[in-house]
Amino acid sequence: MSALLFEGADWSFETIQRIHDRVEEIALGELKLDVYPNQIEVITSEQMLDAYAGSGMPIYYGHWSFGKRFVQHEGHYRKGYTDLAYELVINSSPCISYVMEGNSALMQTLVIAHAAFGHNHFFKNNQLFRDWTDATGILDYLQFARTYIAHCEETYGERNVERLIDAAHALMSHGVHRSPRRRKMDFKTEQARAKERREHDEKVYNELWETLPGGAPKTPRTSPEEHLANLLELPQENILYFLEKTAPRLAPWQREVLRIVRLLAQYFHPQRQTKVMNEGVATYTHYKIMNRLHESGNITDGAFLEFLTSHTNVVFQPQFDDRRFSSINPYALGFAMMTDLERICVKPTDEDRDWFPELAGCNDPVNALKDIWAHYRDESFISQYLSPRVMRDWRMFHLVDDPAEPTLRVEAIHDERGYRRIRRAFAREYDVGHTDPQIEVVSVDLAGDRRLIVQHSVREGRLLASREASEVLGYLADLWGYPVLLREVDEHGNGLREHTAEPRGREPFQSGKP
Amino acid sequence: MYVIDRRLNPSGKSLPNRQRFLRRAGKVLREAVRNVSASRPIREVGEGGVVIIPARGIDEPSFHTGSDGLHSRVLPGNKEFLEGDRIARPQGSGSGKGKGSGSGSGQGGGGEDEFKVALSAEEFLSLFLEDLELPDLERRKLSLTDSTGMRRAGYTKSGSPANLAISRTMRNALSRRMALRRPKSEDLDALQDALRLAEELRDEAEAARLRVLIETHGVRTRAIPYIDPIDIRYRRFEPSPRPIAQAVMFCIMDVSGSMTEHMKDMAKRFFMLLYVFLQKRYKQVEVVFIRHTDEAKEVDEKTFFESRETGGTRVSSALQEALKIIEERYPVADWNIYIAQASDGDNENGDNDRATALMRDGLLPLSQYYAYLEVDEPHSDTPTSSLWKTYDNLEPGPAMRRVTTRQEIYPVFRELFRRRNEALETT
Repeated sequence: MSALLFEGADWSFETIQRIHDRVEEIALGELKLDVYPNQIEVITSEQMLDAYAGSGMPIYYGHWSFGKRFVQHEGHYRKGYTDLAYELVINSSPCISYVMEGNSALMQTLVIAHAAFGHNHFFKNNQLFRDWTDATGILDYLQFARTYIAHCEETYGERNVERLIDAAHALMSHGVHRSPRRRKMDFKTEQARAKERREHDEKVYNELWETLPGGAPKTPRTSPEEHLANLLELPQENILYFLEKTAPRLAPWQREVLRIVRLLAQYFHPQRQTKVMNEGVATYTHYKIMNRLHESGNITDGAFLEFLTSHTNVVFQPQFDDRRFSSINPYALGFAMMTDLERICVKPTDEDRDWFPELAGCNDPVNALKDIWAHYRDESFISQYLSPRVMRDWRMFHLVDDPAEPTLRVEAIHDERGYRRIRRAFAREYDVGHTDPQIEVVSVDLAGDRRLIVQHSVREGRLLASREASEVLGYLADLWGYPVLLREVDEHGNGLREHTAEPRGREPFQSGKP
Repeated sequence: MYVIDRRLNPSGKSLPNRQRFLRRAGKVLREAVRNVSASRPIREVGEGGVVIIPARGIDEPSFHTGSDGLHSRVLPGNKEFLEGDRIARPQGSGSGKGKGSGSGSGQGGGGEDEFKVALSAEEFLSLFLEDLELPDLERRKLSLTDSTGMRRAGYTKSGSPANLAISRTMRNALSRRMALRRPKSEDLDALQDALRLAEELRDEAEAARLRVLIETHGVRTRAIPYIDPIDIRYRRFEPSPRPIAQAVMFCIMDVSGSMTEHMKDMAKRFFMLLYVFLQKRYKQVEVVFIRHTDEAKEVDEKTFFESRETGGTRVSSALQEALKIIEERYPVADWNIYIAQASDGDNENGDNDRATALMRDGLLPLSQYYAYLEVDEPHSDTPTSSLWKTYDNLEPGPAMRRVTTRQEIYPVFRELFRRRNEALETT
């Protein structure tokens, strides 16, 4: 195929179809991608603003905080501070990509390559997404959540539901299971398992054992604390889960609302851990596809230049002393690492042979990359595959701010001594287990005033931001229904600081009242 | 692969959430709107726009680490650093941000202190004027519904030619013609053409048949008129009571030499509020601006607020002028009359008696509401002015307030124009 897909900037639905088909040919045929069926939706800028406000999802339950986000984005957009994204893609099956009506034909091509194939492949194949998100069910679940919460608002009052969601949102970052556990079962398997257990009991039942003196052998008694800990599954890092299951004073609908917030937090959790990879895959994919389109004469030189301009903007990384610098651009880092891995596969240097013996010179970048895309998240990807070459190109250095010292310290730079140390420190920045404060429910004072005890394991002296912590703790106390104590404890178990909160005893958090 | 066009989906999906947000931010937002209107130039008061509210009232807290403890970051773009180099901590937060000590980089936008909200003019004004109501409009409206006006009320068979309802008449005529099968003129023309053709072809039998046909058509056409008197309809009007919801607001301001710029500014703000308020709440409101020194003049809005004048002070001149205007243009039967006066309270000796008389016998009985705003320098310990005392002696007297700073204007305005049922004291 060497026919031009389009000329000029205008596009029609046939053009999009044609572009999609050609891009699909390259993506599946040459890059061997594996994607969910695609659904491309054309929307206006206003609808894009709406989508922004709802965490990118097409449906979401109502809450003022989404209105706040809308006002924020709208304000920035109208003032011209920010452009809107050209696309938005949803991890669902079929995979929905929103494209803006104002995009040129070239931009639509870029967006389709980037989102409908790059992101789509990553969603479908990355282990984290496979383990934690249910792409086929998410849209239905969002619809359910929206209806359920609207129903609650009608029945129990909008303000009551709003306060409950406020509280749940405050704890949302601590409403996820961080380490994989047993997969959630659906109702059907649950029933089947119950039946299985009963049959097993019947099969092994033998009256003879009942006649033994001393009765059935007892399991050794555990201490009351251990018993309690087992019963409540303590310590528990998923605070929303703990409240949903254990909080004594919540009504069933309140538990269900907590569950909705928790499950959505869990759904978004993989995205937080794979920003660099996700954007890296998508950017690398669109770069390969656009080049291929240009080589095979499907787009004009002019269009290709337009692409290069846009691509260069996307992967721009200002340096640390640049006014524009705020943080590492995940597009830039991801793209740099992916292209470097490809180079290592095809044209390795001696250094690469030392560092990546299994990749260097394997000459099969497509499969090597696909394997990496499937099995890593940002933290492990960086700690494994950030090459000295990229660190040199980026001129990375590691800066430490230790309050015990009068100055900042340059811990390592991009040299032979520093590569591994930089890489380790850099990978840690992408480890949500490291960046998020580690907070667990550790105990409940059942003998006393039912105080809930929560513990923050402080690392390297990083205490919680105090004002916000006590606000969140207030919400936690409201949900728990009794006092709450938050202990900040250092690595050696010494208490550093304590916060307490009493339930404000207001309407929504007291069960019993319909 | 499907391509779906969602552009036609209803937009404004975020509106309900936006309203929830505005409601949630209500208190801080109202405060911000008030502060903004106090510091803005008068003319922009009613324009809406961006207000800045502190993020505290609407933040979404979460657990995250603060600036304590050890922070480390890997940064791009090393130029001269070697391992082990020491760099002084950047001072302050603004300029040295690029050095990236990492402090305060908590997630969730915890660093934002303020939040900008763009309000439409509508939203701005409704926040601005919440709970305000022109006093007594309700009552007077009910008591004065006796004036009558004419209102359209269907059709009638008789009436004056000026009220002829042409389209209704033509409709009746058309249906009557159709019912009685009046031949259309096109049909007649067609028959004539056919007859001419038949005559040319010398088809006598056909021609005769057509002639008879044309004859009968002609008879029918003449017997059934195009428009018959029974088709004719006239528009019917009936008298109906018309509520008087129209009000006239008199703004009276002292612009004499004793009024300083500061005092004028406050007075201007008060009137400006009033003006915005009136335009927002009531469609049929006229505003009359009277400014006075030792003589009073009715002026247009621009002159009222902007031009300068010097001279003595005779309050009675303005009152006289207002009375004159009411008599000439605003009969009490048709208008609700509101008067707001701003002055520093200075008045020429001997004029107070005249003012008292004009108020007691003229303006107070005529008006629904009379608000007197006395403006003064901040921290002034001047005892109450002569005009204040004069007005205070009136029974019933006008609603009176004294303001010394710009920030007071709005609360005073609210108090003076609070909804009737909450009001503690007015006339």
